[in-house]
Amino acid sequence: MTSTKKTKTVKWGDEPKLGWVEAMYLPAILSGVGTALKHAFSGKTTTRQYPEVEPTIPPNYRGVHRLNRDEAGRVKCVACYMCQTACPANCIEIIAAPAPKDDPLWKDRDKYPETFTIDELRCIYCGMCEEACPVDAIELTSIYDLTGLTRQEMIYDKEKLLSVYDETVDSGNDPIRTNRGALGPASVEATTAKQGPPPPGRGRHG
Amino acid sequence: MAKVIVNDIEVDADPKDNCILAARKAGVEIPHYCWHESLSVVASCRMCLVEVGERKPDGTVVMGPKLVPGCQTPIREGTVIRTDTDKVKTTQAMTLELLLLNHPLDCSICDQAGECYLQDYTYKFGKAHSRLDEPKIQRMDKYHIGEQIALFTDRCVMCTRCVRFTREISGTAELQVVARGSHEEIDVFPEVPCDNKLAGNVVDLCPVGALCSKDFLYKKRVWWLTHSDSVCTGCSTGCSIQVDQSEDKVYRLRPRENPLAQGHFMCDEGRFGFKYIHDDLRLKLPKISASFSKAPASNLPDRKPSGTADLDFSDPWSEALSIARSKIKEAIKNDAGGFVAVLSPFMSVEEAYLLAGFLKGLDQRIRLVLGPVPVVGGDDKYPKDSKGQSPAQDKVKFTIRAEKCPNRLGVEAILRHYEGQVVTLDNVLHKADATAYYFVGGYIQGWVTEAMDRAIGKPALLIVQDIFPSPLSNRADFVLPSASFAERDGTYVNHSGLAQAAHGAIRCPGDARADGRILMELSQRKGLFNAMTLRKEIGRTVPALAALSVGDLGDYGVKIATTASEPILS
Repeated sequence: MTSTKKTKTVKWGDEPKLGWVEAMYLPAILSGVGTALKHAFSGKTTTRQYPEVEPTIPPNYRGVHRLNRDEAGRVKCVACYMCQTACPANCIEIIAAPAPKDDPLWKDRDKYPETFTIDELRCIYCGMCEEACPVDAIELTSIYDLTGLTRQEMIYDKEKLLSVYDETVDSGNDPIRTNRGALGPASVEATTAKQGPPPPGRGRHG
Repeated sequence: MAKVIVNDIEVDADPKDNCILAARKAGVEIPHYCWHESLSVVASCRMCLVEVGERKPDGTVVMGPKLVPGCQTPIREGTVIRTDTDKVKTTQAMTLELLLLNHPLDCSICDQAGECYLQDYTYKFGKAHSRLDEPKIQRMDKYHIGEQIALFTDRCVMCTRCVRFTREISGTAELQVVARGSHEEIDVFPEVPCDNKLAGNVVDLCPVGALCSKDFLYKKRVWWLTHSDSVCTGCSTGCSIQVDQSEDKVYRLRPRENPLAQGHFMCDEGRFGFKYIHDDLRLKLPKISASFSKAPASNLPDRKPSGTADLDFSDPWSEALSIARSKIKEAIKNDAGGFVAVLSPFMSVEEAYLLAGFLKGLDQRIRLVLGPVPVVGGDDKYPKDSKGQSPAQDKVKFTIRAEKCPNRLGVEAILRHYEGQVVTLDNVLHKADATAYYFVGGYIQGWVTEAMDRAIGKPALLIVQDIFPSPLSNRADFVLPSASFAERDGTYVNHSGLAQAAHGAIRCPGDARADGRILMELSQRKGLFNAMTLRKEIGRTVPALAALSVGDLGDYGVKIATTASEPILS
């Protein structure tokens, strides 16, 4: 059933046959030279004056990580280790701990990251951590010019990742990308919820 | 045997089986929460509802009009079980939806995530969504349930496995269900926490993340743990266990079902008693006393253990073992009858065999003796009655034994083969005629008493192979740091003569080595230590341990000929 469907959606084409003119490749070469010449004499410069003029970075650029804060200013991360599990470069290391329940600030939290370390040198900036995070705590910012003098300096700990958040959150470039609620997409009513049969006499659908 | 037809698959099942067990034999999974093989049946979770009917002798099949709980329904010849009908599938999905009504979506911080039956069954049998519009009921977490147990109340599915465990297996009955209907909760009486010696089992029994072990809480996500089958060395019951480790650190021990050994459970002493293997005090470097060392005495002890900076790749063992070997031969030449090797009941059968074979091969007059056997109090039998008294012998469901070592019987079998009898260390110390000692330790707690220390005195040669420093190792001529149970392969024979294979889970700390490897090199045997090959060899050479010749002992182990002194409990 599915296999016949697939053959219909995929169009198979044949290689175009080359005539003797195309087989010489001269028309293609000449048109390429023509394009180069057109640009050379057009009078428009395309050289970017970096670093004097900084480029505009698209909002989906994947740069340095940050750890978001929740409304109370605490680290949003719940130390579920999803990012560490998803990371293909093994650059994230978390040590979880029970939240300090005695502290009124942490009363409603069970688990939090005691340490959260990202090796920015090892990271391949694939964005899988951001994708995996169920609470939208880890995000990649548009900071692209990351430099450091030592390897140690490039290993970001929790405080540094939070400070990246503090610096970037109001800059305009890096708004909080995703804000799906307390515990991610699962806590929001899914569109599929409407597919089920209505419960008799209960709820919105009843 | 009764013929049962599960989803058109015909299997032979035990007439005592229920539908879940019969279906399992046919390879069909009937999901269940409240039912557990070793607990009574309550049929309260409604997860195992199946269609049951009967095949008449004339071949016609008559199905029952309604669904029945598989855990509660016995089978007989011709029982027909169906789990693949729409009726069953819709009911399973509905049951799961109802169980999940107030279940919080905190899998991301729940320790059970990854080995949770709610997750697994929802994936296999449930729906992807909930139709609940009202906010979920949130309840307070209870950290007061026990010293080792925390209850995350809102994750509970009220299967009451934990309650039945404390009533039926431990007999201490601390846990109970309070309130009724949707207000039901698991709780303890005020100031009577669930702290019995088997309490840790309720965490394993909990099919969801409601009861969590405080010891393991938030330490590691379970999908990073690798499991090795092993044997608990805490007492002579020899519970089958699983060692869960990650990056050479053991995070928890869990009981592994073994009807021949202990059943489904293990005691807290064993469960939480493994911490010593990561103790900083562990012996990590072989030591040679100044008078025996070829090199200046300070050389070896100052060497940094591996894993630290400035790695020294020279092998500290080759010198220690070659000098030790020559000194052993020298001591035997001087006074073979005065050479005493002390085998500890913490050794595996293979290690005892290697050491005994090596020394007896050098000289038949060498004496092999059994080291001290730690015994603490008496056997602790469960379930307790309401006054805390042990039950009658035929009602015992779990025993914590007084003999706190795993392999006395195995080592004794080897000693009997080589020595003809089992002589204890006290016997030798009493005679005071030994001039050289080879001690094997491996004890969990300090085992060298002051009297023993005095009686041993200063022999001509003192070799100590142990995991912790002791007065003996401090003045030994040779200290050979060895491995704990989690770091080595071997066979242990428990109180009833059941030989079980334990598999190493982690590497030894520092430069310590597994006892088997030390003994292989000391005795200059060819090849590497391999427990299975050695078992086959022991089976051939030691008649009392002939059962070991199968090599692979399987998951449950094999019985050696030693007669059981008491019945083995399921």
